[in-house]
Amino acid sequence: MILLIKIYNKRFHYYEFIKPIEDVLKKNNIKFQSIHYKNVSEKLLNKAKKIIISGTSLKDNGFIKDIDRFNWIKKYKKPILGICGGMHILGLVYNGELKKKQEIGFTNIELKQEFLGVLGKIEVYELHNYYVISKEFEVFGRSKYCPQAVKHKKNPFFGVLFHPEARNKYLIVNFVNL
Amino acid sequence: MMKCGILFSGGKDSVYAAYLAKKCGNEITCLITIISENPDSYMFHTPSISKVKKQAEVMKVPLITQKTKGEKEKELKDLENAIKNAKKKFGIQAIVTGSVESAYQASRIQKICDRLELDCFNPLWQKDQIELLNDLIKRKFKIIITGIFAYPLNKSWLGREINEKFINDVRPLFEKYKINPAGEGGEFESYVLDCPLFSKALEIKDLKIQGKKNSWRMEIEVE
Repeated sequence: MILLIKIYNKRFHYYEFIKPIEDVLKKNNIKFQSIHYKNVSEKLLNKAKKIIISGTSLKDNGFIKDIDRFNWIKKYKKPILGICGGMHILGLVYNGELKKKQEIGFTNIELKQEFLGVLGKIEVYELHNYYVISKEFEVFGRSKYCPQAVKHKKNPFFGVLFHPEARNKYLIVNFVNL
Repeated sequence: MMKCGILFSGGKDSVYAAYLAKKCGNEITCLITIISENPDSYMFHTPSISKVKKQAEVMKVPLITQKTKGEKEKELKDLENAIKNAKKKFGIQAIVTGSVESAYQASRIQKICDRLELDCFNPLWQKDQIELLNDLIKRKFKIIITGIFAYPLNKSWLGREINEKFINDVRPLFEKYKINPAGEGGEFESYVLDCPLFSKALEIKDLKIQGKKNSWRMEIEVE
């Protein structure tokens, strides 16, 4: 079972940031369960084979104040994919720092090392006002301004700043099939 | 609950986005309609746009309209002004759009909302097109086709209602000609005559059809 963690604090964002990921999982016959970060339990974390942490809208940043609720990541060993806000969370839990930089719309990025089965230039859809820097993550690809694809140096934790559920759905499937 | 301004064309996507906003407990505070003088606008649907006034009446929601010449960057400035007015006049906290696939449209609206400190909701984003049409039928939306703009669609599609037969007819065109079944690539445009947000159904009182080959438009009068 894939555990999909919702980080919005305005429920109406479900349709834009969760449903498209759920649709990718459904289309590929992947079992999943969606849960809000405030309701994550040890039982669910144990049950999950892998975890996806979603993003949310530019103005829906309440999860940053709740970063302590993600401390379970420090002890977790199974694969995690953090998307946009989810990548911010991974970085912050590992002593990272948020920096302000807006990118909205299509951007070209280059994956210089293979990342979730993909290498080279890809076009991605961006929607963020911040990015995260953490020394505990290695950068696999960047846009002109920000790290876009990172992996934790020891654990199977992947972060993408862009939204693969918009134009790079195969990355979500590749993560599930790791 | 948030006070939402709906970017509203009167077609199925923006009306359905408004419906979902309300269903999630938000207030439909006002509708914002851009009337483009450019029929090929990248941003806005143009047919039947004067009919949104009738829809706003039966929704009992105030309508803000803004004219634009439809030149690429100028129309974005006009849109930003309209949203700014909606914030000032009605205190909206968020914008709701019916964007499904168009990153061009979505990214520009996101930037405007960010500048104006408004949240932005795109409840149809990436939604499967056939699922969208099925949802509309299930929720008793009465929608007709008011414009078609791509081969192999022709005049006979004008005035058709979106129902199961419509889905069956449009699905093979999607597969063969890459016609987007929900018409978001501008293949066709629609008008909502009735839905759960309307206090009464609208009826067509008069219609005028014009066009040629694979580009036809039906201007309707509703009441």
